[in-house]
Amino acid sequence: MAGPVLEMRSIVKTFPGVKALSDVTLTVRQGEVHAICGENGAGKSTLMKVLSGVHPHGSYEGEILFDGEVCSFKDIRASEHRGIVIIHQELALSPYLSLAENIFLGNEHAKGGFIDWRETLRHASELLRRVGLDDHPETRVADIGVGKQQLVEIAKALSKKVKLLILDEPTAALNDEDSDKLLNLILELKKQGITSIIISHKLNEIRKVADSVTIIRDGRSIETLDVRSAETTEDRIISGMVGRDLDHRFPERTPHEAEVDAAPALEIRNWTVHHPIDQQRKVVDDVSIQVRRGEIVGIAGLMGAGRTELAMSVFGRTYGRYTGGTVLKDGKEIRTKTVAEAVDHGIAYVTEDRKHYGLNLIDTINRNISLTALNKVAKRGIVDEHEERQVSEGYRKTMNIKAPTVFEPVGKLSGGNQQKVVLSKWIFAGPDVLILDEPTRGIDVGAKYEIYTVIDQLAAQGKAVVFISSELPELLGMCDRIYTMAAGRLTGEVPRAEATQEVLMRQMTKDKEVTR
Amino acid sequence: MSTEVTDKVPAAAPPGKSGGSSDGNLLQLVLGGLRRNMRQYGMLIALGLIVVLFQIWTGGDLLLPRNVSNLVLQNSYILILAIGMMLVIIAGHIDLSVGSLTAFVGAFAAVLMVQHSMAWPLALLLCLVVGAVAGSVQGFLVAYLGIPSFIVTLAGMLLFRGLTEILLKGQTLGPFPDGLQKMGNGFLPEVGPKTNYHNLTLLLGLALLVFVVLQEIRDRKRQQEFSLDVAPRNLFLLKLVAVVAAVLTVTMLLASYKGAPIVLLILGLLVVGYGYVMRNAVFGRHIYAIGGNLPAAKLSGVKDKKVTFYVFLNMGVLAALAGLVVAARLNAASPKAGLNFELEAIASSFIGGASMSGGVGTVLGAIIGGLVLGVLNNGMNLLSVGTDWQQVIKGLALLLAVGFDVWNKRKSGS
Repeated sequence: MAGPVLEMRSIVKTFPGVKALSDVTLTVRQGEVHAICGENGAGKSTLMKVLSGVHPHGSYEGEILFDGEVCSFKDIRASEHRGIVIIHQELALSPYLSLAENIFLGNEHAKGGFIDWRETLRHASELLRRVGLDDHPETRVADIGVGKQQLVEIAKALSKKVKLLILDEPTAALNDEDSDKLLNLILELKKQGITSIIISHKLNEIRKVADSVTIIRDGRSIETLDVRSAETTEDRIISGMVGRDLDHRFPERTPHEAEVDAAPALEIRNWTVHHPIDQQRKVVDDVSIQVRRGEIVGIAGLMGAGRTELAMSVFGRTYGRYTGGTVLKDGKEIRTKTVAEAVDHGIAYVTEDRKHYGLNLIDTINRNISLTALNKVAKRGIVDEHEERQVSEGYRKTMNIKAPTVFEPVGKLSGGNQQKVVLSKWIFAGPDVLILDEPTRGIDVGAKYEIYTVIDQLAAQGKAVVFISSELPELLGMCDRIYTMAAGRLTGEVPRAEATQEVLMRQMTKDKEVTR
Repeated sequence: MSTEVTDKVPAAAPPGKSGGSSDGNLLQLVLGGLRRNMRQYGMLIALGLIVVLFQIWTGGDLLLPRNVSNLVLQNSYILILAIGMMLVIIAGHIDLSVGSLTAFVGAFAAVLMVQHSMAWPLALLLCLVVGAVAGSVQGFLVAYLGIPSFIVTLAGMLLFRGLTEILLKGQTLGPFPDGLQKMGNGFLPEVGPKTNYHNLTLLLGLALLVFVVLQEIRDRKRQQEFSLDVAPRNLFLLKLVAVVAAVLTVTMLLASYKGAPIVLLILGLLVVGYGYVMRNAVFGRHIYAIGGNLPAAKLSGVKDKKVTFYVFLNMGVLAALAGLVVAARLNAASPKAGLNFELEAIASSFIGGASMSGGVGTVLGAIIGGLVLGVLNNGMNLLSVGTDWQQVIKGLALLLAVGFDVWNKRKSGS
């Protein structure tokens, strides 16, 4: 095989308060497909942003060599100029422009400021053919599916004379057929001499296209394996991804003996949801789970597994298009078609995205906490401001929200404190069942411990807790039982005693085999 | 859980600086409060400055009792609209139709009262109903069909203007019955012995004074009952003195002319009522919630569509009320009534602290914003500045107010 085309040496990248990358070294050989693998939040996307100049030279430490030359990209344009093109998870196409216009956006075939349409269309159809699309170059992007849009992104990359193509979870949003097409295209481009880096969770995909795989964990590069070698089994990769020991990061928790006789507090049966736009795609596929009072039940899964989609579609149908399934509370079927109904039935959903879905950032701690259950501090539609303030002062103290007063705007708090406000808000609503979606995402270790303690207390009070998380140690440390999901399907249910990171990761990366 | 011993630190004092003398704390408290409500206090101070400047430039004419009375009468309808507009903007929408709707309701009132000689109280009621219907149709289109409010109300603006001309056949219709006229021009009746002042106004002013002071004291007591931190005693007294002084000044000014205009009474009730609803009612809180972060409000169980619908319905009713006041004041319904009122109301809201993206603003802010524009108008009239330059200056005032706010936010943000 040829020598290295890209070397990233000892990359360190720090964000205010968080070290995203602490020491990453990556070597990619000329003409290979190189996979990067790791848990959510391990630092994969940050690494690629460093490489492509999204994080400019000077904002990180370490050295990047491309084609044997030291690179110091100050923005994306600079890296694209050298032939490094990144295709992000969220596609960056303008929906109401044509395929041709999108392909040459910012890079137009023009004479004296006017577009040369003939050359644009000719070149565009040539590029589209290269990626296996036969759509007319004047078709609007909005009129083609996500799978094809991904291919248009690649055509756009080709128009920039790409030497190194970076794909960040390219198949996360695609169905099986489109995924296959895309992977085949990557192999095809490899034959044409284009080197690719592909970030992916799906081990079967990695086996199909990649030559080597680098594993990143907690901001460090752990190892690089040769995928073609017989020793590199899926288990080998998994143990690389999770191999870290559990220390005392969780409160001591005596698992509550769930009363098996009583009906589960929440039971979801045969729940199926389709994607809101791509109607063919099942985002949640025939999922059945249950949780009892006093129990903490985890849902593990990688990006795109359908965990949030499951939770949100149950909670007032706030995601996707519902196509089947029932929800039972204490053994009785209930309606949860609107958020208000779900809340009335004692269900709370604490979102994974507190800034967009959890909080009104411009309003105070006080008013954020009271919003869902305003009627508890109101008589005949009139809020008693003093009672309200007393309630939120109470949460500020018991939850240890670090702010001088409850009249501080929530937007000014740190992530951990914001999360405590969201939790307070939902605890104040007085639910029987709490669905917590990534409750510790993006917050520091100390605040995490505090939040674990709160969750533990909630279970001890007899609430049923559903704990969705991408961090396996956290699930292992907190849960009585853990469900695993992959690609919208339930792939397993593991009791606390049998759960290890390896067992869970194996079930989370099961992609296509149906195993139930 | 917390080991804080600084729990008794007064509200606005930054943590760790609690050991200072009580004077130092007071200053910090005042400054902290000022910083947090920069926009509103800023505008209040600006309003004060404008008043003082024009008082000097006009040689004392601005604050003559007669002129103050005039100021209230001239601006009442814009202020009524500004209250409703503030709610619409807080909810994250806009209403361009209110000027035309004002004219339309005026015309409708004229048709009922002048052409058909209907009893004025009944006609008044019907007019408010028409406003409610107009508002609820627009609200339905915005909230339930999801048509952007800009489009819906732009259409409404054209539509109601056209309907006004159709109703009036392009002509001016009047005069109105005495009862309605009083709503636009009337003053409270004279009662009691002859003094140099208007007795009823004085009485009302005193009653208001007592009410406000009692309310503040009760509020403070309740806070202590709930064992919440209260503002220090001197600050509380300072606030009371300021409020008493303001109420007394306005009362005396009005009482030494013809007394309080009836429309001021209406306006006062609206400000207190809407201020209370926006601060203390579940409905008001929900308006802030959907304007501040719609997805989060939805996920908190707020019925966003219903709230939006009622905000527009309410705007319709207030526009109808403003239409009646305008018609009463001019004593005629004209096809050109209410021209650009929507823009004045929107400008008032933004000067008074509303944000383009919704979620912020207060009813009092809208009134302050409206008064800034009103005093500018009135002051420049007294100085015989032409309407051409008046427009220029009002435009600059709007830019300045919002620009200052953006600058201030950026400074504190970074």
